[in-house]
Amino acid sequence: MGVEIKIENLTKSFGKDLIWKGVTLTVPAGEICVMLGPSGTGKSVLLKTLIGLLKPNEGSVIIEGVDIANCSEKDLYEIRKLFGVLFQDGAMFGSMNLYDNVAFPLREHTKKSESDIRKIVMEKMDLVGLIGAEYKLPGEISGGMRKRAGLARALVLDPEIVLFDEPDSGLDPVRTSFLNQLIVDLNAQIDATFVIVTHDVNSCRTVPDNIGLLYHKHLAMFGPREMLLSSEEPVVRQFLNAQRVGPIGMSEEKDADELAAESDQELPPLPPIPLQLAPSNGIPRRAQRPPGEWCRLNGITPPPGSFMSQNAGLAPGS
Amino acid sequence: MATLTPAKALAPIGTAGKLFAFALDVIRALFKRPFQLREFLQQSWFIASVTIIPTALVAIPFGAVIALQVGGLIKQFGAESFTGSASVLAVVRNAGPIATALLVAGAGGSAIAADLGARKIREELDAMMVLGIDPIQRLVVPRVLACMLVAVFLNGLVSVVGVAGGYFFNVVLQDGTPGAYLASFTALAQLADIWQGLLKALVFGMIAAIVACYMGMNAGGGPKGVGDAVNQSVVITFLLLFVVNFVMSALYFQLVPQKTGG
Repeated sequence: MGVEIKIENLTKSFGKDLIWKGVTLTVPAGEICVMLGPSGTGKSVLLKTLIGLLKPNEGSVIIEGVDIANCSEKDLYEIRKLFGVLFQDGAMFGSMNLYDNVAFPLREHTKKSESDIRKIVMEKMDLVGLIGAEYKLPGEISGGMRKRAGLARALVLDPEIVLFDEPDSGLDPVRTSFLNQLIVDLNAQIDATFVIVTHDVNSCRTVPDNIGLLYHKHLAMFGPREMLLSSEEPVVRQFLNAQRVGPIGMSEEKDADELAAESDQELPPLPPIPLQLAPSNGIPRRAQRPPGEWCRLNGITPPPGSFMSQNAGLAPGS
Repeated sequence: MATLTPAKALAPIGTAGKLFAFALDVIRALFKRPFQLREFLQQSWFIASVTIIPTALVAIPFGAVIALQVGGLIKQFGAESFTGSASVLAVVRNAGPIATALLVAGAGGSAIAADLGARKIREELDAMMVLGIDPIQRLVVPRVLACMLVAVFLNGLVSVVGVAGGYFFNVVLQDGTPGAYLASFTALAQLADIWQGLLKALVFGMIAAIVACYMGMNAGGGPKGVGDAVNQSVVITFLLLFVVNFVMSALYFQLVPQKTGG
């Protein structure tokens, strides 16, 4: 049914390099969250901290009453059974074929018979469209297929939390939209909590229930999708609309001169908010809210043309 | 040259500490069930397959060199009747375990470090931890045990091939008498020499595997990091092995009474 992830005052640095500081947010159970941020803001580090692969310098990550950041190794291995993680390159075990890769968690953690395992593995392979490639080695298939195989492996233990590390990097736009649809359908089907790390603006505008934005070593904003998409906050606005005008520069943040030079530039109006991607069977997800509800409840007028189509406000070329 | 800060100067001590902590983790995981029998057998076979032929090829000239050196020296002393005994002692006590260790570290250890390093940078180890499986128990323990097992067997191989090589050189090339060579085996050598040779091989195999696994699992920074890890693991293993060999030899002479010949 999905579990809540409660992150409190998380700080991480590598030696003297501060990655981010004071990150506090609660990922609601069963909802889809996207963590956004310019390259190098520590999105993947945040994801690895959520599963206890990296220890934060301060703060806590609480899942089902266990603080992952400060618990014993034994508890950590127990709690990780709740997780399914899709790594950037799929992280398939190179010495096993795809079937054995997907079956691996079942063989290690359950006492199921081989015929039961076969049934589950084939079901997951079918879900990600990899039937026919079961006996290929990870080295013999494309990056997109590796990624989908990684997803099948992440789902095989029926996780309560699924983490995606850049599911769309290295995929073509068509596969990306199929994958986005798959993510939404999966959430409708298994009701797990999804956390997606990406910097693909188009996916983030249509897929999630909540969006978080990491910028300049802190969490700039976290909240419902409509809140961020209608926000006038310069960083959020610049990033979610992929513009050059704003506080984010090429390397890190812009200096005062560059910002002053931009100060008289007219900002383009906020684009309309697109409709959220719905499950393909038409039955709304449990966590899905009616379009425009948040704006209405908070007295915000969404930009004109909002909630008309799923493509509204998407960057050209997609 | 980069400035030498205290942090940088003390870094090797930190690495040594982490290596030691890793070794303790491995020893603790040794007793965790379920034991990974399949992985253990696969790794044993793999390490044996990459080391047997090189070991045999190294052992022949090794035994020959020892026979030549010892034979020459002993002739100068006028104690030809002890030639066989001396070369057996040299091969079984030291040359065997050292040659074994160099090959286990150079062939087996480098393969292990490369394998684990590649898994590390492809995030396979992370994926394994996330799937709730401890890579130390699943991957490292079988490799360490496999290395120890193979090292013991290889030590036997080196001893036999080395002694045979010594026999060949002494009898055929140095005009020694076969009977005297064989008869003098037990003059100075004793059973304890074999036991300590085997024990050394066991310990060397363990050190080689632990260092290789540690370096591989801590590889970083892309494909170059894997190359560095392999290189470092071989160098560090060699350094450690020679020190440990010295310590174990010294202990052996203190603890086990030696034959006086005759």
